[in-house]
Amino acid sequence: MEAIRFISNLAMPMIILLIVIYGLKEKNKVFDTFLEGAKEGIETTLSIFPTLIGLFVAIGALRSSGVLELIIHVINPILNVIHFPSELMPLAMLRPISGSSSIAVATDIMKNHGTDSLLGMMASTIMGSTETTLYTIAIYTSCVKIKKTRYILLAALAADVIGILISVIICRIMS
Amino acid sequence: MLNIVWPIFIIISFSFAIFSGNLEKLNSSIFESTSDAINLSLSLLGTICLWNGIMQIANSTSVVEKLTKILKPIIRFLFPELRNNSKIEKEISMNMIANILGLGNAATPLGLKAMKSMQTENKKKDVLTNSMMMFIVLNTASIQIIPTTVIAIRNSLGSENPTSIVFPVWIATISAAIVRSNAYKGLN
Repeated sequence: MEAIRFISNLAMPMIILLIVIYGLKEKNKVFDTFLEGAKEGIETTLSIFPTLIGLFVAIGALRSSGVLELIIHVINPILNVIHFPSELMPLAMLRPISGSSSIAVATDIMKNHGTDSLLGMMASTIMGSTETTLYTIAIYTSCVKIKKTRYILLAALAADVIGILISVIICRIMS
Repeated sequence: MLNIVWPIFIIISFSFAIFSGNLEKLNSSIFESTSDAINLSLSLLGTICLWNGIMQIANSTSVVEKLTKILKPIIRFLFPELRNNSKIEKEISMNMIANILGLGNAATPLGLKAMKSMQTENKKKDVLTNSMMMFIVLNTASIQIIPTTVIAIRNSLGSENPTSIVFPVWIATISAAIVRSNAYKGLN
């Protein structure tokens, strides 16, 4: 477990270090280039801020009103069969549909169960290892104006289910 | 999509709160949610700006071309039908590299370009080819080396170790991607 933590903590500093050294080696104006990219980051974040506010309120309301609890209570017996924590089900369902609502749900889970708890780790891993599948399929097929998409939706969603299950299993093994 | 989902969430939870007597909780959660969103956005702002800046440096070097070479055998294996079309292969690998580096903004236009190039080779213009399907399936796998958004979320909630999920995410992504591409090849 120590080794895993070490690799996890090493990844980001190592990549930054390598890129900066590589940039210097090729005699680039490293800091100017950095600023250019960072400025773009401001735009990206600002553009999703209104979406986040709207969705955080909606997801927060689902929890505080008791609706989420009710849903989890209802699906609990089904999910117990496959040892899938029912608290993660809202995340699993929203993840392929909408990026920003899954951010809101994942934040909600981590806030209520702790970022470093087993559920928090599972939610983090699911978020990091899956994509907004429906959105991806929609833009990639519409840009070439293809309507006959064969079994792509089924294949991609099945893959998401597998990705989510793998995330849960890996966190269980590592905890 | 959110035009449908968002109002449903609001209507269900607000009316449920009125009938179940959870109005006080609902009221405090509304204000709590807005400040949560601000906390997360601040954390995201920091992480994304830093990462975008670093990746801009990577983009200005020959790293991308080197990675393209490394990816070549993998792409040959995943897209057997594209053999000898190095232009499309290059576009696909550029898209994959942008995904790996976490440059979502750059990855999408590159991916669309690859799709358009594949469409020109497509014999039935209204049906997805096998290569296109493989390409889309790969893009629905989040092959990112540093999951910056998740790290930002964890950071905004005061995690003791926000980056501790990097390794689990790698394992999950890689195993899911292998299952993805194989399941897809199996369906073929």
